[in-house]
Amino acid sequence: MQDKEYVGFSALPSQLHRKSVKKGFDFTLMVAGESGLGKSTLINSLFLTNLYEDRQVPEASARLTRTLTIERRSVEIEEGGIKVKLTLVDTPGFGDAVDCSDCWLPVVRFIEEQFEQYLRDESGLNRKNIQDSRVHCCLYFISPFGRGLRPLDVAFLRAMHEKVNIIPVIGKADALMPKETQALKQKIRDQLKEEEINIYQFPECDSDEDEEFKRQDAEMKERIPFAVVGSSEVVRDGGTSRPVRGRCYSWGTVEVENPHHCDFLNLRRMLVQTHLQDLKEVTHDLLYEGYRARCLQSLARPGARDRTSRSKLSRQSATEIPLPMLPLAETEKLIREKDEELRRMQEMLEKMQAQMQQSQAPGEQSDSL
Amino acid sequence: MPGASKHLYPRQCSLAALTRSDCSAEEEAGSWGEVGCPSPPHSPILWVVRRSRPVVEPMLVGSGLLRAPQVSPACKNTHELPELDRLRLFLGLPFRPPFNIPRALCVILGLPETRSDAAMSELVPEPRPKPAVPMKPVSINSNLLGYVGIDTIIEQMRKKTMKTGFDFNIMVVGQSGLGKSTLVNTLFKSQVSRKAASWNREEKIPKTVEIKAIGHVIEEGGVKMKLTVIDTPGFGDQINNENCWEPIEKYINEQYEKFLKEEVNIARKKRIPDTRVHCCLYFISPTGHSLRPLDLEFMKHLSKVVNIIPVIAKADTMTLEEKSEFKQRVRKELEVNGIEFYPQKEFDEDLEDKTENDKIRQESMPFAVVGSDKEYQVNGKRVLGRKTPWGIIEVENLNHCEFALLRDFVIRTHLQDLKEVTHNIHYETYRAKRLNDNGGLPPGEGLLGTVLPPVPATPCPSAE
Repeated sequence: MQDKEYVGFSALPSQLHRKSVKKGFDFTLMVAGESGLGKSTLINSLFLTNLYEDRQVPEASARLTRTLTIERRSVEIEEGGIKVKLTLVDTPGFGDAVDCSDCWLPVVRFIEEQFEQYLRDESGLNRKNIQDSRVHCCLYFISPFGRGLRPLDVAFLRAMHEKVNIIPVIGKADALMPKETQALKQKIRDQLKEEEINIYQFPECDSDEDEEFKRQDAEMKERIPFAVVGSSEVVRDGGTSRPVRGRCYSWGTVEVENPHHCDFLNLRRMLVQTHLQDLKEVTHDLLYEGYRARCLQSLARPGARDRTSRSKLSRQSATEIPLPMLPLAETEKLIREKDEELRRMQEMLEKMQAQMQQSQAPGEQSDSL
Repeated sequence: MPGASKHLYPRQCSLAALTRSDCSAEEEAGSWGEVGCPSPPHSPILWVVRRSRPVVEPMLVGSGLLRAPQVSPACKNTHELPELDRLRLFLGLPFRPPFNIPRALCVILGLPETRSDAAMSELVPEPRPKPAVPMKPVSINSNLLGYVGIDTIIEQMRKKTMKTGFDFNIMVVGQSGLGKSTLVNTLFKSQVSRKAASWNREEKIPKTVEIKAIGHVIEEGGVKMKLTVIDTPGFGDQINNENCWEPIEKYINEQYEKFLKEEVNIARKKRIPDTRVHCCLYFISPTGHSLRPLDLEFMKHLSKVVNIIPVIAKADTMTLEEKSEFKQRVRKELEVNGIEFYPQKEFDEDLEDKTENDKIRQESMPFAVVGSDKEYQVNGKRVLGRKTPWGIIEVENLNHCEFALLRDFVIRTHLQDLKEVTHNIHYETYRAKRLNDNGGLPPGEGLLGTVLPPVPATPCPSAE
């Protein structure tokens, strides 16, 4: 029904929706923490996929000399017509060795590399197809067997909290009785405050939401860090005899999706259902901007001045951006060179097209680049 | 060096025997009477029995208390009998008692435990030389004419033990938060391990591993036990855990040193206080994957120094399948790395022990335990357990966890054996190494290194 007062821009959201649905989403999630805390199982439960099907965990003697590696796995998930390209970044070997000094540095470097890549792409000419490989969220797993954060946890979180959204999570939470869970969460919260670690803050809900929703939201926030249990199996619960996702023990069955048993539902809701977009935005607006500012500021210092003189943003030297160069791997360099070539060829093509058009219609204004 | 072998016990244990190739000759030549060393191994009982052997033996055999030893026709001499049987022979005890009297007797009276020939022959490849002095064969066909009362020795031993009580030192090692203190409290059903109330532990994680030993005297059925729990806070908690087992190794060796010093004193105490670590419970984190590199390193360094019993802590996070898979993997890893945990294969005495220990080694260990100091009501009974929204985990229920198996193993069946292995094997290894390093002389001043008269006039102190 269209009346005179109706302009029609209220249909904007649905246009955006359609566009983004067509484009698809991508989301990069990092999981970190000691091995054996149920990280892979949780990811499988969270996204209902078997990303870690053929995993081979090496034996202890092999892990003695293993260094931390960063592994990336991608999977396309589709639900309700929406496609999500989920990239998982795993850090096997973290916290494994006898001497874990500085074992978080490769992870920090990785995250900064993604920022640097994005900065280059953003400052480049062809910005249509920027691949966003920045890490949007890091789920950090805390051991339920310790008494709060361990020195290694603190060191890792301190190194990462200004660079990525951190959501602390207590893994294998079925090791704890309810009172112990409460005490552990409180201890972790106190420690985080004491060490001044900024974890990801779930945003306040809008003021026009009803009281019930606000109360639920506050309750959910109280439960951070989430104590989760993951399971890749569906078991028949003896009591209710309906199939649930859970773990079957001789003394009972833990149901993964039961809010009285663990906080899995909360984590899934807050991470996937409500705050996926917010995580991306915070990554872009806050963390990435912080990195960019730091980067460019360091350019303003005298040491980097000679590079600015070379920064002619001409078409030929499109990639000569005044950035402090982080050492890149050889393959990365090759990829960049190839990209450059592609871009140059594209430019040439377009130039030729323009010339052709000019020659065809000399009178018309050519549609230049 | 040869002169020093006089200080040896008459039947040196196999490990120390390896370190001294010249001792085998001495061993054979030295029958019981020739022992001229100041060390504990001779006892008045043994000496008396031996002296009066011609009288006692016929009576023993006649009464049916003494069975003929399993002697092949070739070996008529007693020295070729298995040593345990020889001892039993001298003591007039039946050869296969329902419980290990000779071993207990040995330790309580301060005799060194001897290992069977089978074990020795595995380790000592060269044939044992014939003795210089042939020993008299034993005549065994006599009848006891009535009840003598030698079997009351068991009762006498029991009374003595009850009067003196005994020591037991247990060490717990593992990352913080794995439930070490709770488990020890549950094992001995008393608050023997320092444990602050639940989570209000304000103590910081220490920067280096500390060793804290707390002693308690607990009593049950008239038997007193001085239990010492040695805690090791700070193990495995730092970012860099390189060599964090060194303070622990140092502590264990210090206790051996203390005991050694007491032992070589001229004027020794009647009962040398035993602070040596008899048993070390190593707590493995229930990751479900495999051992951590730190676990391997620790056990590699310490399995030769102390009895290590690996234990899977907080086992209520694993389902039955996960538990058995994890255990298998752990066992395999330990085997591949050559780590022998208690009960060590090489110290199994006889077939009976071997089958029993094999079953434990290959099926039950490492025990997956859950500890608790809270009681809950289950089916009308009060049980120790953990209450979760999905069920109550009962600590002493074998379907839930293996705590009961661990408790029975450590306390009810192998407590004495733990002490014996510590004394006869680990301590002896340390002692032999020390004497070797010292040029064959015992450490400490005031020792002349001379041969003392063969039989002491006064009773010797026991090793307990």
